[in-house]
Amino acid sequence: MNKLNFLRPDIKNLNTYLYSGIFLISIAILDVISNSFFNTNITSFLPNFISFLLPLVLGTVGLHFIRIEFSGIKNLDLLNKNINTNTFNAVLTLLITFAVIKSIPPFLSWFIIDATISGDTKEACTGTGACWTYIKIWLNRFIYGMYPNELQWRINLSFIALIGLAFVGLIPSDKIKKFLTLYYVVIYPIIAFVLIYYLISGGAFGLEWVETGAWGGLSLTFIVSFFCLIFCFPVGMFLALGRRSDLPTVRYISVGFIEFWRGVPLITVLFMSSVMFPMFLPEDFFMDKLVRVIIAISLFEAAYVAEVIRGGLQALPRGQYDAAKSLGMGYWKMHIFVILPQALKLVIPGIANTFLALVKDTPLIFVVGLLEIVGMLNLAKTNPKWLGYAMEGYVFAAIIFWIICYAMSKYSYNLEIKYKTDR
Amino acid sequence: MNFKLNKIIPQLATLLAVILVFGFLTYNAQVNMDNRGIEFGFGFLTQESSFDVQFSLIDYDGSHSYARAYLVGLLNTLLVAFIGIILSTILGVIVGIARLSPNYLIERTAAWYVEFFRNIPLLLQIFFWYFAALRALPLPQDTEPMFGVFFLTIKGLFVPRFVWENLDIFFYSIIAAIISIVVIRNYARKLQENQGKQLPVFSISVSLFIILPLLTFLIGGVSLNFSVPELEQMSNTSFKYKGGLGIPPELIALTLALGLYTATFIAECVRAGIQGISKGQKEAAASIGLTPRQILKLVVMPQALRIIIPPTTNQYLNLTKNSSLAAAIAYPDLVLIFAGTALMQTGRAIEIVSITMLTYLSISLSISVLMNWYNKKIAIKEK
Repeated sequence: MNKLNFLRPDIKNLNTYLYSGIFLISIAILDVISNSFFNTNITSFLPNFISFLLPLVLGTVGLHFIRIEFSGIKNLDLLNKNINTNTFNAVLTLLITFAVIKSIPPFLSWFIIDATISGDTKEACTGTGACWTYIKIWLNRFIYGMYPNELQWRINLSFIALIGLAFVGLIPSDKIKKFLTLYYVVIYPIIAFVLIYYLISGGAFGLEWVETGAWGGLSLTFIVSFFCLIFCFPVGMFLALGRRSDLPTVRYISVGFIEFWRGVPLITVLFMSSVMFPMFLPEDFFMDKLVRVIIAISLFEAAYVAEVIRGGLQALPRGQYDAAKSLGMGYWKMHIFVILPQALKLVIPGIANTFLALVKDTPLIFVVGLLEIVGMLNLAKTNPKWLGYAMEGYVFAAIIFWIICYAMSKYSYNLEIKYKTDR
Repeated sequence: MNFKLNKIIPQLATLLAVILVFGFLTYNAQVNMDNRGIEFGFGFLTQESSFDVQFSLIDYDGSHSYARAYLVGLLNTLLVAFIGIILSTILGVIVGIARLSPNYLIERTAAWYVEFFRNIPLLLQIFFWYFAALRALPLPQDTEPMFGVFFLTIKGLFVPRFVWENLDIFFYSIIAAIISIVVIRNYARKLQENQGKQLPVFSISVSLFIILPLLTFLIGGVSLNFSVPELEQMSNTSFKYKGGLGIPPELIALTLALGLYTATFIAECVRAGIQGISKGQKEAAASIGLTPRQILKLVVMPQALRIIIPPTTNQYLNLTKNSSLAAAIAYPDLVLIFAGTALMQTGRAIEIVSITMLTYLSISLSISVLMNWYNKKIAIKEK
């Protein structure tokens, strides 16, 4: 038997080190698990301070024992390489593991085990956990706002139709493919506008009129982001072209416009649209609050879109411009047929990121009194029948937004990879 | 001739369109204001504001003017931005470096942190901290102090306040320390250039920075006391802290949310910056005999900072602009005080909204001018 040196474990006594190390680590983890799941402290015979730090010390020593290079055991080498390269990393690894073990029971008990979802009133929520009953009762409001219950099929129908129409591009027919750009840039927005105007707003074809003040919840979030996206894109494109223009007047006006919107916070823009903008309209000209907000956000986002598109325009090699000019193309022909198709393809990920920011900004419209989902939460929170469930509401909204935004960011990331390999 | 017309006509048309739109809008505004009997002007700024602000850095009450109220709001905005920037920088750098850690668990934790906080709207996060998390804190009378002097209650965080004597001398000593550090650094650089000798500049600087201010406590008559907050019973149910410094919960929620949110973006900037340095740079530096610390200081950091700083400044700007969300939880910042309360009272929508926007605009523009200057300065000079 070789001499054991516990300060410098080596491969000669691999098994001894391995077993003692694993033993120490398992004691450490057992201690934390018993502490967090069963609320018992198995080291309570020790002084308070030592008992608290014991798992960390034991775990560090244990990880030190098993840190043997080229042990020949595949899993051990993998473990050492990834989470156990030195003492500092070992301590961090243990801290993270312990933190996760510690936080699982309280989280689970609040979220699922002690939570309530049955019943229709506040009285049903007697447990110490979350009160999902609150979400269940208010779900309708969170999604449709104050929109009349019996008319909600109109919102559903128009959204389903819009999603369905968005997939037209997947039809693998060459005849249709020619017109896809035209379809997405011009026809689709018009269809969307008509659908939302006549179906959700009503007032024609025997449909009951629903004022925009009653719109709200998640559906309003979608409506606002959707319209802002389709309006800000063309404006941003023209601004980007204007900024790259040879004509000084056009360039300076574009630069001024872009820098103005990029320099102010969205909340002041919304304030402007709600209190200052009506002053600039002709006397008895009334513009709906929702329309004003959509215009304001579109102009605001257009400045950001413009900068993204400008990046794409700048990234194109000069030869593309020269080649187009040498073919005798004018400014517009060159941009429509040569420059923009390439540049826009380059900036799709950037546009997706801007749109992500736009979706995350929509809750701000609650400052002007439009109640999308966050605004509805604040309204529900102050309802005297349901006081004290702010946490559940925010967690619910956070989950919804997180899913939407995470999916979008992953999608834009995939696009980025896809288009990077193309060039 | 034809060629010139091609250039002039579009310009004239654009100019005309812009002038027409502006003219139309101002004409309408003129008509509307005439109808309501208000005159355009900034005279209202000197009027008495007659509203109180809960939290202000400078002396302020209802008898002061609207201009003073504006200043209060601006300072509160800058305070939030300042604390948020410090918080997000510290957190962002740590998370950014953790994203590059060889430790799988740390790397994943950092990645999840970024994905989690980045994909939830900031407003929701502010609401969460303010209405859900901070509301769960105990009442002042039930609060256990942390370390004996910090009180985290539903009414805010109460910390000891510094009570200085002869603060100015202490201040001068810090300035003196900074000046001497700069002098020593220059001297050390010259020494290295001329004779190749190296001074331990870093340790000298640190010790100077600590020793000089400490000396003032011994011989300069500077002294520092703490006024610890103490709970005082006003009536049966009402308790209040006396002494110390009270930080309102709005400020805590706001800086926390802004810091956590912006840190995710800064972390990505830091990660991109460090990843942007090619391995060859480090290997080349090592092969000419630089120590790992010298490699980091002389080769990696100067290049990484060139990539990191511009987008990070952009994030600082975003943070400053996002601090306007303070209005949603009634923290008295520029938007709430000026574009909210003052506007309601005076009804001068055009003037007040323009001033507010111009303020943010000038903050943004001055920082981006500074940034452009800095970018030009550090850009690689190609031969």
